[in-house]
Amino acid sequence: MGYVRDYAPAALVLVLGLVLWEAIVFAFSIEFYLLPAPHVIVQNLRETYPLLVEAGLYTFTEAVLGWVLGCGGGIFAAMAASRSPALAAVVLPYAVASASVPIIALAPLAIVWFGVEQGSKIAIVVAMTFFPTFVGALRGLLGVTPQSLELMRSYAATERQIFLKLRLPHSLPMMFTALRACATLAMIGAVVSEFFGGPVKSLGVYIKSTASLFQTRQAWSAILVACALGLLFYFAVALIERLAMRWHFDRSDA
Amino acid sequence: MASPIIELAGVAKTFESRAGATEALRAISLAVEAGEFVSIIGPSGCGKSSLLRIVGDLVEPSSGTVRVNGKSARQARLDRDYGIVFQTPVLYDWRTVLQNVQLPLELAGRQRAEREQRPRALLRLVGLDEFARHYPWQLSGGMQQRVSIARALALNPSILLMDEPFGALDEMTRERLNQELLQVCAETAATVLFVTHSIAEAVFLSSRIVVMSPRPGSIERVVPVDLPRPRGDKTRAEPRFFELVTLVRECLREDRARASA
Repeated sequence: MGYVRDYAPAALVLVLGLVLWEAIVFAFSIEFYLLPAPHVIVQNLRETYPLLVEAGLYTFTEAVLGWVLGCGGGIFAAMAASRSPALAAVVLPYAVASASVPIIALAPLAIVWFGVEQGSKIAIVVAMTFFPTFVGALRGLLGVTPQSLELMRSYAATERQIFLKLRLPHSLPMMFTALRACATLAMIGAVVSEFFGGPVKSLGVYIKSTASLFQTRQAWSAILVACALGLLFYFAVALIERLAMRWHFDRSDA
Repeated sequence: MASPIIELAGVAKTFESRAGATEALRAISLAVEAGEFVSIIGPSGCGKSSLLRIVGDLVEPSSGTVRVNGKSARQARLDRDYGIVFQTPVLYDWRTVLQNVQLPLELAGRQRAEREQRPRALLRLVGLDEFARHYPWQLSGGMQQRVSIARALALNPSILLMDEPFGALDEMTRERLNQELLQVCAETAATVLFVTHSIAEAVFLSSRIVVMSPRPGSIERVVPVDLPRPRGDKTRAEPRFFELVTLVRECLREDRARASA
């Protein structure tokens, strides 16, 4: 009930948008190779989906594996750095600055280092997701209030207890914000690195090659698959977040 | 005669910072007997919170000695002799009310049976047993502070350190919690060191009031409070209550006048 009311306006806008798109294409007689009408894309999706599923899984695997390794590494590194605030102070500025480095620019080099198959794409995704997760997790781990630490001290808590019962749960909201953002980044990283080379049955290569042959509807179909997988990834992480932080989300239900 | 449960001798504290040294406390000597309720009152910045933190071994004194239960403050902290209530409730968001009260028992590695029963009994004591499964954000400020009092009592500490626990609450809630605190103290027999800037609160609660001078904080005067117990709403209407409030207010005025002279 609540969901229907919450999302009905957004769904309506989507439908209206598609209708408008369809209408504009016909009203101005736009050639399909420039902008295919939505129904043409849907038709093409139905014809080519076995290929698109295969390509999509190939790319999705890169994104998920890269995300697991990059985010896992980031969390692990943040835990290590949180034990030494001095080390954290040295590393944190570089980690923050790395957000403005276009890591995707390394994709051609990654192919030189890790080969043209999945390895190079996973490496790019790892590089893209490591630092945001590191920064988010570290800020969460170190951001506990002095008073909550004093409380722990007053009960003669061990470092291990402070970590498990205070720092770690306190870091979860910031950590999950990073994990969600990285799910999106991972999909972008995987698709875009494939533009620089890879097997034919991957989303990036497929989009690039069909687009350069003006097979626009094929390119659009693949883009839609990439969007769907990106959304799936994001919402899967959001679901884990909800399960891991019940206390945080009960708020909206109250 | 029993030896005092808290004994401060010549305690001084100077904070070093980039801006230079700030002398916060000077030559504090004080003895608190078991079962006493001692309030520390003084103008803001007089170091009363620092004094409380020194007793609780959260801040080290620059000089002087602190003995608690016949041992060093550090040993008393490691033995978990303290229950502390801060200005803000300092509840952990990710824990329910019950789990917040359980925290000290978990940290002390107590048996499961005790971890289940004692927090429930304490929540009943502060009138919040119905809210055991709620999260802190679902509670009002006054209720949150009662949870933190229940948590402070979890390990049945011999000493309660309270740092302006009701300072952020409205007057009505504060008076009700004052009343509840007296009942809780009567039932637990804990010794209380209570920092406040409310004169009425100090007079209502305490067996003695330590009046401090402005920075560097030192003990200006100790006012014994001879109001009979149990205290209640009638206490606040007694002439003696007003006399004591006036007396403490005058003590505070005197040192302000001296500080500005």
